[in-house]
Amino acid sequence: MSLDKKLYTLKYSPDIKSHLKPDKNQCKICESKNCTYICPAKVYEWNDETKELIVNYENCLECGACRIACERKSLDWQYPKGTKGVTFKKG
Amino acid sequence: MLKKNNKTDVIVVGAGPAGISCAITLAREGKEVVLIERGMFAGSKNVFGGAIYTQPTKEIFPNFESEAPIERRNIEHKFMILGEKDSTTISYRKNDNVSYSVIRAKFDRWAAEEAKKAGVILVEQTVVRSIIKNGTTVVGVKTELEEYYADIVILADGVNSLLAKQLKLRKNIEPKDVALSVKEVIKLDKNIINQRFNVKDNEGAIGEIFGGPMLGILGLGFMYTNSDSITIGLGVSLNDLIENNYRPYEILEKLKEHPTIAPLIEGGTLQEYSAHLIPEGGYKKVPKLCDNGVMIVGDAGMLVNNLHWEGTNLAMISGKLAGETAIDALNKGDYSRKMLSNYENALSDSFIMKDLRTYKDLMDVAHQRQKAFLSYYLKKVNSFFEMFTSVNSVPKKENYHNFIKSILKDRKISELFKDIWAVIRLLWSILV
Repeated sequence: MSLDKKLYTLKYSPDIKSHLKPDKNQCKICESKNCTYICPAKVYEWNDETKELIVNYENCLECGACRIACERKSLDWQYPKGTKGVTFKKG
Repeated sequence: MLKKNNKTDVIVVGAGPAGISCAITLAREGKEVVLIERGMFAGSKNVFGGAIYTQPTKEIFPNFESEAPIERRNIEHKFMILGEKDSTTISYRKNDNVSYSVIRAKFDRWAAEEAKKAGVILVEQTVVRSIIKNGTTVVGVKTELEEYYADIVILADGVNSLLAKQLKLRKNIEPKDVALSVKEVIKLDKNIINQRFNVKDNEGAIGEIFGGPMLGILGLGFMYTNSDSITIGLGVSLNDLIENNYRPYEILEKLKEHPTIAPLIEGGTLQEYSAHLIPEGGYKKVPKLCDNGVMIVGDAGMLVNNLHWEGTNLAMISGKLAGETAIDALNKGDYSRKMLSNYENALSDSFIMKDLRTYKDLMDVAHQRQKAFLSYYLKKVNSFFEMFTSVNSVPKKENYHNFIKSILKDRKISELFKDIWAVIRLLWSILV
């Protein structure tokens, strides 16, 4: 089953601003780009043309793995606002 | 709602099992408690494997077996050792009530309602962004909208505990100190679950899954039966995901396709996918759990016994113990670190720290010998049973000799000694 179909089962209330703020300069020199594969919701994608990290924060499951995995420890990771983000109906 | 100036006796941050247990303990003694939860409702940001444990849960909620939203009473515990295509299962079955499967979002919501009935002031949809200190003493919290003050603040804000970090009560969490867990709740007809797991209505089974797509990496799978759904998931050391460039949901897909697992979930439809971190640093990574005006409980304090799949019970009991210390402190009007360190002492005297201490070397050994114990020997268990059950007109003695020879061929004598030494060292540290 594709990840998109999995994420489709979740209830989201996305904010208009991202709660995940990577330091874009650090991303440019980051070698591993761990966040692009360890994230369980594939929030991060590397755009090789623009040399920028795309952050699909709307899909975030708020687990915090990217914050810990970030090779350069340069991710400003906050919880979304109280009424925003993912809501688990099962958990 | 509060007596004066947004000031209360105790603020508890986070309405999971630890925070709710702490708050209800305080409220039952007549203390004024504000429980702040960032989710839409208590439980809406919480994820776990699948079972709560009867004895510790009863300590907080004596009535839970008859009143809480529970799914199934677990009567069977399967240990499933998966090879690439085969498997060996050891299963323990007893008509007992050690644990129940629950749906976190329902159970936590019920528990928070119980806390409200006891007098806890529950504030939902509110994120605590920072801690307010007066000198070296914690005196309150700052949310997005306002400031709340209290004599004691209790951090039950989960594995990521940004607040404990802010207070410098703990260092940065390293990738090898956490497992990333992904899981799916798969809807299936009640009767089909009963048939597949050989249980009656309201009876359930737990599966602990070793190997399969996790052969060679530090990861374990789990399976729980709910009333009309099955939970299947896995937790893998974040360090191993990083080193192997693995995507966690792809490992889960492979697990679901394993010939032993696939028939159990066949025909089901996905109800919910979720992910969460599990604190697995163990005893050596437990942060400072108290300071002037503040205590840390549950996952925020790394209080998880991963070998036994225990977390919610450590959360509930640590919450209760912190609550009891807070009651004492409030009665004496003393919120100093010295006073609150009674909580740390209570934890040390309880099963919580005793168990974490028992397994203090486990994760070191697991990281060092994972290729051996989480790949080679798991496969070997299966090849032993393959040999033992084969009927091929080869004399049995020859089969045994070949099996022993294969081990000597696969593993250098020095590696074998290292494996044995690791087991002895681990057993020594656990038993002595």
